[in-house]
Amino acid sequence: MNDCKDPEQLLQFYQQMYKIRAFDEQANELYLRHIMPGLTHMYIGEEAVAVGVCEALTDADYITSTHRGHGHCLAKGARFDRMFAELLGKKAGYCAGKGGSMHIADQECNNLGANAIVGGSAGIATGAGLSIKMRGSDQVAVCFFGEGALGEGLLYEVMNMAQLWNLPVIYACEDNLYNQYTHFSETTAGTLLGRPQAFGMLAVDVDGQDVKAVYSAASEIVQRARSGGGPAFLLCHTYRYRGHHVGDIDRTYYRSKEEENYWMTERDPLKILSQWMIENKLADPQVFEQIEKEIQQEVNEAVQFAINAPYPDVSEVDQHVYA
Amino acid sequence: MSTPNHMREITFGKAVNEAIAEEMRRDPTVFMIGEDIAEAGTTFKVLKGLVEEFGPQRIIDTPISEAGYAGMGVGAAMTGMRPIVDIMFGDFLTLTMDQMANQAAKIHYMSGGKLKVPMVFRTTLGATRRSGAQHSQSLQAWPCHVPGLKVVIPSTPYDAKGLMKTAIRDDNPVVIFEDKMLFQQKGLVPEGEYTVPFGVADIKRTGTDITLVGTSSMVQVALEAADRLATLGISAEVVDPRTLKPLDTETLIASAKKTGHVIVIDEGPLSYGVTGELASIIADGAFYYLDAPVKRLGAMDVPVPFSPPLEDATVPTPDTVTDLAKMLCQCI
Repeated sequence: MNDCKDPEQLLQFYQQMYKIRAFDEQANELYLRHIMPGLTHMYIGEEAVAVGVCEALTDADYITSTHRGHGHCLAKGARFDRMFAELLGKKAGYCAGKGGSMHIADQECNNLGANAIVGGSAGIATGAGLSIKMRGSDQVAVCFFGEGALGEGLLYEVMNMAQLWNLPVIYACEDNLYNQYTHFSETTAGTLLGRPQAFGMLAVDVDGQDVKAVYSAASEIVQRARSGGGPAFLLCHTYRYRGHHVGDIDRTYYRSKEEENYWMTERDPLKILSQWMIENKLADPQVFEQIEKEIQQEVNEAVQFAINAPYPDVSEVDQHVYA
Repeated sequence: MSTPNHMREITFGKAVNEAIAEEMRRDPTVFMIGEDIAEAGTTFKVLKGLVEEFGPQRIIDTPISEAGYAGMGVGAAMTGMRPIVDIMFGDFLTLTMDQMANQAAKIHYMSGGKLKVPMVFRTTLGATRRSGAQHSQSLQAWPCHVPGLKVVIPSTPYDAKGLMKTAIRDDNPVVIFEDKMLFQQKGLVPEGEYTVPFGVADIKRTGTDITLVGTSSMVQVALEAADRLATLGISAEVVDPRTLKPLDTETLIASAKKTGHVIVIDEGPLSYGVTGELASIIADGAFYYLDAPVKRLGAMDVPVPFSPPLEDATVPTPDTVTDLAKMLCQCI
């Protein structure tokens, strides 16, 4: 199943992945130009994970996201303009400027929010799974997290309960190799897949740079969860092209330029998909250029909107503390 | 608040049980999750009978994973349910802190008001049960320090029931502390439906010479002290805030203005706690009416010891309250 040879669908994947890349490239620019307050964590290089998983979901399905969350947010359907506005702390942002890059939540797309506590959303996603089961709906909840979150105890508590109670939750682990500035091999005893397997949970690993493979694997486990088959763990092997955050420029003390270059040239998710489509005569090279041009245009307009948008009035500071 | 009809005498524990049962009958999205809450009905047996009526799908026994099921409560609350997360001992709130303080408390604000977290953390406070340092703390000041949480601290069966019902219907995360020593305490509770609003203090006893502000376990201590003071010709008013967040500052200040003498009594450790906040609010609001500084009594700043004479020495008692009140009033 899920051979993914439909050019229209594959171009949709490309479009979604390019949106993420273009968004985060622009976010980096906003940082470098001192327009964006604070820091942000770029998803560049990992686009196939968010897109492959979210394309396997319906609008009604839930996701929870991480501090590196722009990719999940866009893949689930968020708009550029309101996201940029949030990054700049503007009233028009998804959270009226109160959340910022690490806390974008998009209720309309059932994105329950990015989370700045590593592993912090595992309880929320699993609770959404419990709620789905109690309400008798056929939704699925996806919990995105990096391999660094496997150091957090919460994840093990909730994976145990999800398996015990057969909850429709997908634990999507993005192994980008680095827990912030430390290679995961220095922090991880045993294997990554051995962890969910200890609970008897279905655990699948996939090339996280191949969006078709991610989509195919995600579709199967999402369908399984939706039809009452229970939770699953999806381990996606991927790579963070940039630093832990925009300010992490000098990275040679924890990884080599050669390693970065290898992933960017040989393992780039956008190139892998476009080359495969061209080789299989499913699209002309110009199609990708056209997609990129259109998205760049959208990004430029959205950034301008966000820059021009007003800040929230200071009187709003104590609104929304309580519902 | 509806008018109470037929009164009957029931225990504090039974009042809590009734509140939860009534709300679960009224609203199918209400459920409970926690350790040994189903057949066991909790360590304190307060929830006995609920699983028989509502089934294990709505009275959910969990593994011993406080952070995990508290977090699941947050997620369920964000997606259409109204969970009551049962934390067996207040001390175990420390295990849920990220989920309570970083997640539940902040999600509504961080999302610009779009997401809501209507949930209850139900837990305990109070020493003198000979339970040692990790089962005896009174941590009610902790959630008070996190904007986004409401904190409820009932002292009677009537308040316990009415406040629990209000908490379950509230659209925010609410932390309720029940005093372990009060579960068997009896009090008058009406037969029918009623709720107790948040942010409305209750004057448990009226008086004219001194105000004793007591919370939870310390309300009874204050009332006993008031009895003793009466025999000495000192008329003490006992005020119970009932909820710490929101706080009924008006009633506290009005009582202080009337009596001119105030002692604030709370079972949490004295330093950086509930008594400091309340005393400061009263001192500000009633400054020109006070005949003496606002005094505070709380638990000693020590881990709760096991040995009975040591443990008993750590908390305010009717004796310590009476002595301090006498001293204050004789200073007139």
